[in-house]
Amino acid sequence: MINRLLVANRAEIASRVFRTCRELGIETVAIHSDADAHLPYVREADHAVHLPGNAPSETYLRIDLVLDAARRSGADAIHPGYGFLSENAAFARAVIDAGLTWVGPSPESIEAMGSKIEAKRIMKAAGVPILEAPDEPTEADLPLLVKASAGGGGRGMRVVRSLSELQTEIEKAQAEAASAFGDGTVFVEPYVERGRHVEVQVVGSNVFGDRDCSLQRRHQKVVEEAPAPGLSDEVRAALHDAARKAAEAIDYRGAGTVEFLYDPATERFWFLEMNTRLQVEHPVTELVQGVDLVELQLAAAQASWTMGWPDPPRGHAIEVRLYAEDPANDYQPQSGTLTTFEIPVENGIRVDAGFETGSTVSTHYDAMLAKVIAHAPTREAAARKLASVLSRAKIHGLVTNRDLLVQVLRDPAFLRGEVSTDFLGRDAEGAPQRTLDITTPAVAAAIALAEQAKAARTVQRGIPVAWRNVVSQPQRTVFEEATVEWHGAYSVDGHTVVAAGPDSVTLETDGVRTTYTVAVHGLAVDVDSARGHVRLTRVPRFVDPAEQVASGSLLAPMPGTVVSVAVEAGQTVSAGQPVVVLEAMKMQHTVKAPTDGVVTQIDVKAGAQVAAGEVLAVVEEEG
Amino acid sequence: MSNREAMLEKLAALDTEHAKAVAGGGEKYVGRHHARGKLLPRERIELLVDEGSAFLELSPLAGWGSEFPVGASVVTGIGVIEGVECMITANDPTVKGGASNPWTVKKIFRASQIAEENGLPTVSLVESGGADLPTQKEIFIPGGKLFRDITRASARKEPTIALVFGNSTAGGAYVPGMSDYTVMVKEQAKVFLGGPPLVKMATGEESDDESLGGAEMHARTSGLADYLAEDELDAIRIGRRIVARLNWRKAVAPPTAWAEPDEDPDGLLDLIPSDLKEPFDPRDVIRRICDGVSDTNAVVFDEFKPLYGTSLVTGWAKLHGRSIGILANAQGVLFSAEAQKATQFVQLANQTDTPLLFLHNTTGYMVGKEYEQGGIIKHGAMMINAISNSTVPHLSVIMGASYGAGNYGMNGRAFDPRFLFTWPSAKSAVMGPAQLAGVLEIVAQQSAEAKGQPFDAEGFKGVKELVEAQIEEQSMPHFLSGMLYDDGVIDPRDTRTVLGICLSVIENQPIVGTDRFGVFRP
Repeated sequence: MINRLLVANRAEIASRVFRTCRELGIETVAIHSDADAHLPYVREADHAVHLPGNAPSETYLRIDLVLDAARRSGADAIHPGYGFLSENAAFARAVIDAGLTWVGPSPESIEAMGSKIEAKRIMKAAGVPILEAPDEPTEADLPLLVKASAGGGGRGMRVVRSLSELQTEIEKAQAEAASAFGDGTVFVEPYVERGRHVEVQVVGSNVFGDRDCSLQRRHQKVVEEAPAPGLSDEVRAALHDAARKAAEAIDYRGAGTVEFLYDPATERFWFLEMNTRLQVEHPVTELVQGVDLVELQLAAAQASWTMGWPDPPRGHAIEVRLYAEDPANDYQPQSGTLTTFEIPVENGIRVDAGFETGSTVSTHYDAMLAKVIAHAPTREAAARKLASVLSRAKIHGLVTNRDLLVQVLRDPAFLRGEVSTDFLGRDAEGAPQRTLDITTPAVAAAIALAEQAKAARTVQRGIPVAWRNVVSQPQRTVFEEATVEWHGAYSVDGHTVVAAGPDSVTLETDGVRTTYTVAVHGLAVDVDSARGHVRLTRVPRFVDPAEQVASGSLLAPMPGTVVSVAVEAGQTVSAGQPVVVLEAMKMQHTVKAPTDGVVTQIDVKAGAQVAAGEVLAVVEEEG
Repeated sequence: MSNREAMLEKLAALDTEHAKAVAGGGEKYVGRHHARGKLLPRERIELLVDEGSAFLELSPLAGWGSEFPVGASVVTGIGVIEGVECMITANDPTVKGGASNPWTVKKIFRASQIAEENGLPTVSLVESGGADLPTQKEIFIPGGKLFRDITRASARKEPTIALVFGNSTAGGAYVPGMSDYTVMVKEQAKVFLGGPPLVKMATGEESDDESLGGAEMHARTSGLADYLAEDELDAIRIGRRIVARLNWRKAVAPPTAWAEPDEDPDGLLDLIPSDLKEPFDPRDVIRRICDGVSDTNAVVFDEFKPLYGTSLVTGWAKLHGRSIGILANAQGVLFSAEAQKATQFVQLANQTDTPLLFLHNTTGYMVGKEYEQGGIIKHGAMMINAISNSTVPHLSVIMGASYGAGNYGMNGRAFDPRFLFTWPSAKSAVMGPAQLAGVLEIVAQQSAEAKGQPFDAEGFKGVKELVEAQIEEQSMPHFLSGMLYDDGVIDPRDTRTVLGICLSVIENQPIVGTDRFGVFRP
């Protein structure tokens, strides 16, 4: 009987597990690093234990600290979530040894599935189809995939398209794997060009339907759905059967996922791996199967549950992973403050979020903000609903992959079910072009800003905005992305201002009325409307020239004469190294390099007279 | 032509005249100025004032009808800088290098009078080549007042700030010289008493602009410049920071809540007859410029003495939440009763420290035996006495006619209302053009008869027409505005806004009514 459960994880998955705990009357314990102290999951838990530091290796990956947290908080069970220690057999064992309930499969199952080579061996023996490269590959076997045994999430994978490169790639993969996972073991398997990633949810050896997780970017899942589209009944039945065999082969307990590579061209599938934990994408299964997988996990852990057959799947569910990342910039993770984070939770929409308005997204962990899931009678309806909710969500402060997700969900090829793991790499057909016009939202932003200035007035409050008795020029509101010209009483070429307020502006453009909501955070102006989200950056009206000097500029602290210049342009200097010596009022001042870097500019010579504040040299920080 | 069409035509003509002022020295000089990376006076002002705030330009038609360009090579007006209502003056360097002509001087005098009466800080955007030498006789002697006014303002604790963008030499050097704060733009400002040629002639010394009066020199050596600006934008930025630190507090706290008028101000265009002989009800105007009914304003206009002296409407209303007393002509003519009513009303407003608004549409005090015998002069004198000695702020709007002593009684220019604005429909003169020509004819006829000469009525017709046309021309708003006899011609629909700004501006000084008037002869 579990009374108090500690989730050895963070953010959305911790919140997700807590939710079920609350429903079951189980007390909850969160652990958190320094950076995560203010995330919602910490507040939601009944108790929270602080693990000092930020790096996962100092916090969420520290078995000793997690167990200590459980002891101190009086937890009697541990749920590992996904990632971190969730597939660490040593951790599972340590939890069990500490006399706590481990919400997960047996350490042996974890171990067996943890090694990809070992897992394949077991599966092959159980009659589950596996991918195997011939011992002596020939041209006909190309392309091949070199994979790190201990890897995951796409790391340590390399596609080889020419036999001559195979050896080098194996060596590279080994080196990479050794440094990344501390285990240099790699294996080679055939690479399916247009493969799909289809997986089967099991609890124990019972099958709870299938999912498609083909849509990936850099081998990270982005869009997941249940059930997997476009499978024939025979294929689906065979997949489920294979998953059942896989689970039985290791006498599996609790929730797990058997992943397969599916080739739609040949309708063949192969076992890839088994994840001995709750999957990120478990909500799509929960929605179509009408179950709570965390509840089932907890029941399995307490051996108090007997399994019946799950209901047949109902409708279709699609999940997207909303990341703080910039798709236009190689998916670079973003960090900063989510100044607004509001996803409309409507009928058929589920949001599993780890962050809220005002949360800080740090660089220490995965940049996933939330999972947004739509459940509808058909796949098309779910996609349409999800795209609509996403485009109406208010997400300010950070660049996200939201627009890309909306584009995928509206892509005709996606809607036809033509999904494959290289979908995002290929030229997608693109959604029916809804080019986001920036001018109109910028007009709305300019007017909202003017209304805000009006509301903040201390004098002449009743006077119309920008009123002039003699008009000489338009008012200009300048954003980095666009400049808006308007006149008092809000006359703007091409638009009619129907309503204006500090955070909402209604414009009639070409006979169409649209309401824009405008949020201002410092210089960032976020405009949301049914046409989507546009982020603008205000150009300040005035900038103090003293603040404009190139960063790294060394300024003369007072007027004086340059006694000596100790460096040359191009020279590498270390922090604190003298750059220029000045003499003024019989005192010598040494101007030193502020950081390690390179002298990119020297503006003075010995003997030169300089004024206070004059730039002497520029040292650019390296890297 | 409907009233609206007639008014719109006049407003279009007004726009055309305003456009002349905005055009400054014309395309060529504006282009040259911009090519030097410099901003026009109104561009400087637009950057100086708070974003989205109002700018009430004053006397934009100054110099209209004179030999000098409309606008008189300077822009003046009231703008809000960092939440502070300031008098802003800006030379227009595209008009003869920003040189001051007689109208420039008059326009600046008026601006400094407004600043003084309302206690406003002044920000001068300086770039002027000095006096227009051919007209120096009209500028030099009276012009000294410009400098006197700057330091007197300072003594009254009304800060003066000079942002120097270019030439400010000879006498002009005393504008930054007398100001509390000076900002000079690097490599642009030039402030000296005598330039290199004059210095050479006077002392034989060889010199250059920069060492005699450059911004760097004044910032680092002479100390005349308190701030050295990198460029024009920087000067404006610094100017705003100076105002932000003035610790400015208005004498009267602003009102917080009010309702917009119950009737659309746009209707004013239909209301004003194109023929001034036709009277109109000023209550219709009041309903379109004053606050509508709200929790804090149960009645739009509480009329005082509604049954007495009905040709003048008096009463109380609110505008942007501020209480005002209104005197408005209803039937043109002022009789004894109207004059007495007005006198009492002005006293009442002074008793309660309430500002007064005069809405002119008067043909003057009634003439004729009966009225003279009834004491129209002494009653008219009472009214003029009251408005002359009243110390609550007065605002005047000339809606239609403003003739004869009616102009005085209704607080015309000579009686120094804080602000006076004119509608395009207005006409103002000692009497109507036809009457004036007619009077001239009668006088000429009497003169001829006295000399025993025959009166050539046919021949005088030409003179009469000429006089009539001339008086008509000189009664027109553009002409009077050009003479600085008002603070501007405004669109009637903007009246509420203009008055709202004025009422806010006057609150920079305490509003205190008087109990001291001249001797009344009741």
